[in-house]
Amino acid sequence: MIEQFPALIVVTPLIFAFLVTMAGLWNRKLCFPLVLIALSASVVFAGGMLAVVISGDKPIHYYLGGWAPPWGIEYVIDHLNALILVSVAVISLLVAVYAQKTLEQEIHESKLPQFYTLFLLQITGLFGITATGDMFNLYVLLEIASFSAYAIIAMGERGADFAAFRYVLFGTIGACAYLLGTGYLYIITGSLNMADLTPLLPHLFYSKALLVGFAFLIVGIGIKMGIFPLHIWLPDAYTLAPSAVSALLAPLFTKVGAYVIIRIMFTVFDPSFAIKLYPVTDVLGWLAAIGILFACVMALAQSDFKRMLCYVIVAEMGYILIGLASANRFGLTGAILHIVNDMFMMACLFTVAGAIFYQTGTRNIYQFRYLHRTMPIISALFIVGALSVVGIPPLCGFFSKWYLILGAIQAKQWGLVVVMLLSSLLMAILFFRVIEIVYFAPPTDQRHAHHKHGKTGIVMDNVPLSMVIPMVLIGIGIILLGIFSGVIIKHVIAFAIPSM
Amino acid sequence: MIDTLSTHYNYWVFAFLLVVGLYSMMAKNNLMKKLIGMNIFQWAIILYFISIGAKRGAQIPIVAGAHGQGEELAIHAAEYINPLPHVLMLTAIVVGVATTGISLALLIAIYKKYDTIEEDEIIQRLQQ
Repeated sequence: MIEQFPALIVVTPLIFAFLVTMAGLWNRKLCFPLVLIALSASVVFAGGMLAVVISGDKPIHYYLGGWAPPWGIEYVIDHLNALILVSVAVISLLVAVYAQKTLEQEIHESKLPQFYTLFLLQITGLFGITATGDMFNLYVLLEIASFSAYAIIAMGERGADFAAFRYVLFGTIGACAYLLGTGYLYIITGSLNMADLTPLLPHLFYSKALLVGFAFLIVGIGIKMGIFPLHIWLPDAYTLAPSAVSALLAPLFTKVGAYVIIRIMFTVFDPSFAIKLYPVTDVLGWLAAIGILFACVMALAQSDFKRMLCYVIVAEMGYILIGLASANRFGLTGAILHIVNDMFMMACLFTVAGAIFYQTGTRNIYQFRYLHRTMPIISALFIVGALSVVGIPPLCGFFSKWYLILGAIQAKQWGLVVVMLLSSLLMAILFFRVIEIVYFAPPTDQRHAHHKHGKTGIVMDNVPLSMVIPMVLIGIGIILLGIFSGVIIKHVIAFAIPSM
Repeated sequence: MIDTLSTHYNYWVFAFLLVVGLYSMMAKNNLMKKLIGMNIFQWAIILYFISIGAKRGAQIPIVAGAHGQGEELAIHAAEYINPLPHVLMLTAIVVGVATTGISLALLIAIYKKYDTIEEDEIIQRLQQ
């Protein structure tokens, strides 16, 4: 049974996506339980594979349709993507539980089946991107994830359709660039399988076509993950999307893109290609440095809470790139750990943004005055997420940043060290500004009008319990990831780092 | 120069189409024109993939009368065109059609809401 898990984790949400559509025609109440079943199964599959990979110390190979690679499509689960799969599965399950109540307010009831279908297809794509060991299959799954992202973002508030259209243009350029890069690799090697490409490519390292192909791959994925100069689509699309969608997409999609870049730079290509032969990592490092400072300053200028968080994401992607740029064990440990940590931190902050919007109907941080009176638990969760992004021990953000800084010091990239410390300071200013408003700014008379929605069931913090519980679990996840980061590094990430 | 032009003209055509598509995506104000540019961009890549599978003097990759003979048959790969890029492009065409479908649906929604598909006018209306 366990050898089927790599296929099952992709196929289960895919099949349930269609079941949800059909069940929605009959009875809309069936959609949500079906989503929960599919995502709970995914958590089991992902957890099972992580356990097998850790105990067996060798990757799981799955040949789709029994066709052996390099002819057939192969799914490979090793330490790196097993870890990512588990995080994606856990976050998507928690966000799905959280989503149910926010949707009642933000999406018309008749659109719920479509919404849940797209939600599951989105997760299918993310699982597939992570699990696959085939360059072209990755492109197809990237597009599945992107399409559902375009459509699901367009369901948001005023302006979301225009933001989604711009996202379509940027996303298509990114996907096409990735496809073109894959084409270059195929022309000069004749293979599309990642494991098959690895030994073929070093003979061709001085080929100009390979260099162009590599550039296309990095730019293509760079657009999808929103690294600094290619992030233009990100703030609009993620701000205007429904709360549940930004809580799903913002933590997961960009991080899965970061995983793909690590995969291409360090598994498909020999690490020496991007480090010694061409100064790719240096360029990425400086882009990341400029991007982090730019994103922090832009975040400071925002009064919209969600838009501020979107710029924080751009900065966080910069941190992951800094880990790649230092190109040593510490740096890569930090980068991989930061991918996982950042999924939880961003999920926490975006769910908080959604919950505050649910209760007060505003995202303007200057109207969050004295919010801790009415929403004590959610304000506390916001502090957990914010302090983790700033990098306060024992929260998880501290440990990945620690490794990233150690990596940059070991690589003698002093500029990057300065940028990291400076940006932590900027992040602190950024978040303490909001914390001050939430906890210490006295309320004004004109409290924002409460949304008129029939609250049903048990309510905590004026927010339904089904929203608060997943948020609290994500918050606990941040603390646990921090406390057990040593365990994760020792048993998982240490095996995921390529030898350099 | 003439030599590379005449033997590799498929790459030149592909690069030209790619740039045309990219230009109209960036420079045009009308969203429909942007969408058409995006399509040109995608089809350029599809043409590129299809052209790399072709070989001069080769035939379609079906071996006549080879049914059931399997591995005993000796095949000269140079006599047959490479079918793999073409199969890949079947998938990419589906992806392209889906992209066009989504963008057209978005355009309809945008037109209904803002009564225009000119980018600057939409931005103006969004800022009001």
